[in-house]
Amino acid sequence: MSGFWRRFARNRGAVIGCVIFTIVLLMALFAPLIAPGDPWRMAGPPRTDAFDPAHWLGTDMLGRDVWFTIVHGARVSLIVGGGATLAALLIGVTLGAVAGYSGGWVDDVLMRFTEFFQSIPSFILALLIVAIFQPSVASIVMAVAIVSWPPVARVVRAEFMSLRSREFVQAAIVLGQGRAQIIFGQILPNALSPIVVLSSFMVATAILLEAALSFLGLGDPNVMSWGFMIGSGRSTIRIAWWTSVFPGIALFLTVLALNLIGEGISDALNPRLHDRGEA
Amino acid sequence: MTLSAFLAFLGRRLFKAFGVVLGVIIVAFFIVRLAPGDPASVIAGQSGAADAQFMAQLRQQFRLDEPLFVQLWIYLKGIASFDFGFSHRVQRSVLGLIGERLPATILLTGTAFAFSLAAGISLGAMAARRVGTFADSAVTVLALTFYATPIFWVGLIFILVFSVRLNWLPALGMFSVGQDYTGLTAVLDVAHHLVLPALTLGLFYMALYARLTRSSMLEIASQDFVRTARAKGLSEGPILRRHVLRNAILPVIGFAGVQAGQLVGGSILVETVFSWPGVGRLAFEALLARDYNLLLGVFIVTSAMAVIINLITDVVIALIDPRIEVEG
Repeated sequence: MSGFWRRFARNRGAVIGCVIFTIVLLMALFAPLIAPGDPWRMAGPPRTDAFDPAHWLGTDMLGRDVWFTIVHGARVSLIVGGGATLAALLIGVTLGAVAGYSGGWVDDVLMRFTEFFQSIPSFILALLIVAIFQPSVASIVMAVAIVSWPPVARVVRAEFMSLRSREFVQAAIVLGQGRAQIIFGQILPNALSPIVVLSSFMVATAILLEAALSFLGLGDPNVMSWGFMIGSGRSTIRIAWWTSVFPGIALFLTVLALNLIGEGISDALNPRLHDRGEA
Repeated sequence: MTLSAFLAFLGRRLFKAFGVVLGVIIVAFFIVRLAPGDPASVIAGQSGAADAQFMAQLRQQFRLDEPLFVQLWIYLKGIASFDFGFSHRVQRSVLGLIGERLPATILLTGTAFAFSLAAGISLGAMAARRVGTFADSAVTVLALTFYATPIFWVGLIFILVFSVRLNWLPALGMFSVGQDYTGLTAVLDVAHHLVLPALTLGLFYMALYARLTRSSMLEIASQDFVRTARAKGLSEGPILRRHVLRNAILPVIGFAGVQAGQLVGGSILVETVFSWPGVGRLAFEALLARDYNLLLGVFIVTSAMAVIINLITDVVIALIDPRIEVEG
């Protein structure tokens, strides 16, 4: 494992990703200290230019301080990113493990099901779910999870198919271990590394999805989010560009950071692939 | 592949496509039924726009007095006869509304799809050819950047830069207002309006396909038949073009076909940003008006669109790759 950390720390992109992500995480954790007060309130004169001494990222048409909205918006991004990824892992790992371990018709049915979810416009499905179940953090997490689990199921299935015939699994069967115990106690721990790599990319995608939903007005109406700010500044982009531009940069940096971390983990886990330039 | 094998493959593939569309309709049916409240009040929405007559009409449309599976059967029969219900907001049939907007969306997504594949494969091939050089790193950075940028934000930035500041390209709509262009000028006018939305939608997928092409080419380049070609004395250019690239793009096209659904979904965001008069913009309007009948119709029609694109790419791959295992 120390080899893993050494390789990870040597990857410049991954380290930059970690730094950016830590900053976003701290911003979300200490939002009430960094930007005290309600981010929705009128903090200054409407449409204050960016780089104003009192409001360094400007204010929007309703006088909301853009910097405050960015600090508070980090919270919902991370909650949805983390929550939806956990829920998607739960669905994907379960279905993938059962499919890969069982094989046969069970595998066939579950893979058709997975393929189905991959080939439909998942964004529209998420939109439909949130709209019909009413926008809230819970419904957004649910919708994002429902559209993000298929890649997990595929990866976990592939791992299980290659691991299930290995000797340690046969040994467990001979020892009389139950199916669930073999799946979750023996094979899953050995299939963790690709799941970890995938999770990092999934958090990034979930954050983008949440932002897209809020941008279209389907965010939780009680929570400030980056997507909402980009959307609310859209119609005034000609006269107040900063309202949309800065929350977008926050979104971009966070997603970039998570992708860089994911690649860093992937390269550090598969050093040979990287050396051949195939990673 | 012989003709009969190809027809059998096509038949299996069509059957699968049919299954996906059927699944989409069933999902749409159950989402409405799982939501809190009875389906008629869910569809009518919380806008307060629903009058008693509309509610009664909805209850009748859904046959809420029948058992659930009878309701599903009736719903499926309705869709099969192209009855997607009625949009209360604009007092028109959902199918008519979508049909009117479909050509604009097909133009936008088709252009973005072709652009992202062509540009992505070119960039990826260039990077793989000069692996480890500055050009390779530049492509990697470019791909990483677009892969992390939300497309609706890219659209806004493009409007800000190319329309507001530079005044090069129109920001909104599909036609110039008040100009009754005909013939070639009309085509050019639409093309002019198409540039920014198509670029916005395509750049993300270009990034994806560039990375995929690069890794696919590097993998193929290390295989034995490439070494054989080299040993035969072929020069690098033809080896890359005829042997490596031709084999490497097949998985990229296959992946692009599977991703078609995501591309169509992304068009909602792009059409909203650019006021492009397509199905995506219609979905946004439906969302604002809580017109769920219309939204369900958009979900089913765009899914069918994605399934058709996927089907076409599969057939193209089967035709250009003789090695492919023709199995559904």
